[in-house]
Amino acid sequence: MAVYNLKINGTRMEVDVDPTTPLLWVLRDHLNMVGTKYGCGIAQCGACTVHLGDTATRSCSLPVSSVGDQEVTTIEGLSENGDHPVQKAWLEVDVPQCGYCQTGQIMSAAALLKSNPNPSDTDIESAMNGNICRCGTYVRIKKAIKLAADQPAT
Amino acid sequence: MTLIKTSIGRRSFIKSSALAGGGMMLGFSWLASCKDEAAREAALAMPDEWFEINGFLKIGDNGVVTIMSPNPEIGQNVKTAMPMIVADELDIDWERVIVEQAPLNLDIFTRQLAGGSQSIRQGWQGLRLAGATARQMLRQAAAQAWEVPVEEVTTSEGMLHHEASGQSAGYGEMASAAAALEVPEEVALKEPKDFTIIGTDRKNVDGPKIVKGEPLFGLDVQRDGMLIAMVAHPPAFGMKLKSVDAESVKSMPGIRDVFPIVVYPEGAERQWSDGGAIPEMVAIVGESTWECMQAKKALQAEWEADGTLESTAYHEEELDRLLATAPEKPAREDGNVQRAFAQAAKVVESTYSAPFLAHNTMEPMNFFAHVTPEKAELLGPIQTPEYLENTLVSVLGMPKEKIDVMMTRMGGGFGRRLYGTFAVEAAMISRKMQAPVKLVYTREDDMTQGTYRPSYKIHYKAGLDEAGNLIAWHVRGVGTNDDLVFENRFPAGAVDNYLAEKHALPTLVTTGAWRAPRSNFIAGAEQAFMDEVAEAAGKDPIEFRLELFDRAIKDPVGDPETNDYDPERYAGVLKLVREKSNWEAGPPSGLSRGVAAYFCHNSYVAQVMDLKVEANTPKVEKVYCAVDCGIVINPLSAKNQVEGGIVDGIGHATFSALTFRDGRAEQSNFDTYRLIRNAEAPKSIETYFVDNGIDPTGLGEPSLPPIQGALANALYKATGTRYYEQPFFGERRIIG
Repeated sequence: MAVYNLKINGTRMEVDVDPTTPLLWVLRDHLNMVGTKYGCGIAQCGACTVHLGDTATRSCSLPVSSVGDQEVTTIEGLSENGDHPVQKAWLEVDVPQCGYCQTGQIMSAAALLKSNPNPSDTDIESAMNGNICRCGTYVRIKKAIKLAADQPAT
Repeated sequence: MTLIKTSIGRRSFIKSSALAGGGMMLGFSWLASCKDEAAREAALAMPDEWFEINGFLKIGDNGVVTIMSPNPEIGQNVKTAMPMIVADELDIDWERVIVEQAPLNLDIFTRQLAGGSQSIRQGWQGLRLAGATARQMLRQAAAQAWEVPVEEVTTSEGMLHHEASGQSAGYGEMASAAAALEVPEEVALKEPKDFTIIGTDRKNVDGPKIVKGEPLFGLDVQRDGMLIAMVAHPPAFGMKLKSVDAESVKSMPGIRDVFPIVVYPEGAERQWSDGGAIPEMVAIVGESTWECMQAKKALQAEWEADGTLESTAYHEEELDRLLATAPEKPAREDGNVQRAFAQAAKVVESTYSAPFLAHNTMEPMNFFAHVTPEKAELLGPIQTPEYLENTLVSVLGMPKEKIDVMMTRMGGGFGRRLYGTFAVEAAMISRKMQAPVKLVYTREDDMTQGTYRPSYKIHYKAGLDEAGNLIAWHVRGVGTNDDLVFENRFPAGAVDNYLAEKHALPTLVTTGAWRAPRSNFIAGAEQAFMDEVAEAAGKDPIEFRLELFDRAIKDPVGDPETNDYDPERYAGVLKLVREKSNWEAGPPSGLSRGVAAYFCHNSYVAQVMDLKVEANTPKVEKVYCAVDCGIVINPLSAKNQVEGGIVDGIGHATFSALTFRDGRAEQSNFDTYRLIRNAEAPKSIETYFVDNGIDPTGLGEPSLPPIQGALANALYKATGTRYYEQPFFGERRIIG
């Protein structure tokens, strides 16, 4: 066990866990932030996506010991009131079916738009290809990202 | 206006105090449809007092209405659609509705089950009655208060009016008096033309919570003192536990206990939902998920064969053998196919196949259980709460009154959560630990210990006369644990000489319902074969199908009541998709086009797909989809269901397969099991509904089956190759 002082959503949070524990389980089990989802555990489905700095990162395969001083943003910290342009676009287009993968989708989309505010169809497909939606909402995900790209950031 | 006797639904109107508090831990859901946050909060300000009008709804003194959504929510959006039906008959402003997930309570609700695309179809009448009865009681309360005839009291969006005297009141003001009234014997239901909520776009009631990542799902459940549990099942179908070295992992960090456990004791009464139950396994219980995962990896257990350890090669050979040599066993026979084939000008025959599939819900199986000698509390993702409760009565030896089963929102169902053996495992582990536990399956557990879509093979043979008319049709289908063929579906009834045969191959691999059971394969095979036959007949594929429907309409073969479809509605969706896709003009330049139609789960779907093939992968540009599911409750989410089914169908037919070696699933995670991804989904999907005012039927499944046929047919146009084996573009299955 070891103590880690993590910077999550702008707040310092201390956890005492095994160094191999993936950030995903630190968030879910130790910090009670369950918006980041477990889907595969091997960085294949994207349900666990968080931002490390500005980069979309699969938290299921990131040991807590390697987070260091990097700023972590989870879905809970993406916006104050769920009003990030991507979240608003997701509601406007009514993207979710079961909803389970959607926080990971939203985190990947938000990272994409931060680095590329006007992505092409190919940019979107390539950035979002690591996020599986078993319900098959891909057509709406693409539509919502285009809508969010047209909205000014709040 | 239609008067409906309420007696059939009286059971639903038993006043129950159990629901008044509505307090399941995940609470109620905000509505997404209000644009202005402040206005929404004002509209939904909590009342000082609730008045329960019936088991489905309660009205606050300020006019806010809580509507219970009775059925499990797996992503099919019944949590929005079912309350919409109640709200429309109640005549309330949807912005002032709060939706809550009902717990299992069969004293109030009927068929609390997510399966067969039946929630809306079978809930329709009861939901309307719940709203209409409450509205009538509010009118009666107003009539008494104002001393006017009840017939003169009208309603509009949560308000009661008496035009002659100029009096009006909100529902909240009359709720207390209404709640004290007897349930009326008879109520009037709206005419469909008067619906104000049904048939309008309403956003997912859980949308705001979903996009904020608030706790909604079973895996999100947290309780004081809760432990995490995992299970080690036998690693192969056909094995059982021999011995386990529990001691060496008990001392690992965070581990509380490790023990073999019999979840289904000898003689325990099993429900159909316990089909694949594993009687004995090893449980690992600890303080955190990661620590349990580590202990599970380190666990040394010995397993021994308890039956044949089957491989995919065995399944393939046995299915081939059955297909070729099983004795003739007609499930339906019209005319004489052998004679017709002998006389036919042309005979066409083909064989199609598909592998086992895993459900792969994005949220792996899990369940919370807290079992004490006094009470069993179960909370989690389950499509069949009623059957789970029945099993718990048997395995826990507790009466129903002591068992509470509650449903969380589910991260996908697709049929997997019909089989709630994981919830039974959670209950038995909680009882042993004398603690609340959340059982969690890893993705590998979920994929390798599943209840799979069976593997199938089907052979079709068709005979045409000189004029290209279909005169004979022979279908023989086989599947693992499942005999596949629906003998009374199209083209039964449309061809004079018809023979349907079916056989099942018993297997130890657990199989069960997977989104649109059987139809999820047979539709694609049948519609691909129909394309081959139309080509042999030299006819346009839509025209060829319409001729057959015409025959079934005008001069059906056999008893028309036996034919499991309405040929006019079937033809209707084909005509609609022909028009919307501008079929006669053909596909846009560079694209190839295929069509298919299918009827299942009481709904009719026809699809036209335009695609090209690049780098040995299909690129679907567009899908046109026509649907006849009667009245559409919520077009916004209905289209979402249709789009999802299309993507799901394309994905599995193109990429997915689960294979076995010596009883073990060879794919255990998404690195080896291919699911469709963003870049492989169609660029656009256009959905059109037939507007016919018929009572609604299901939509969670029907759009999936035919798309596999449209895909195969478009691929043929693009490549000149017929696609017979699913997955069309997956890794070729290794035989041997």
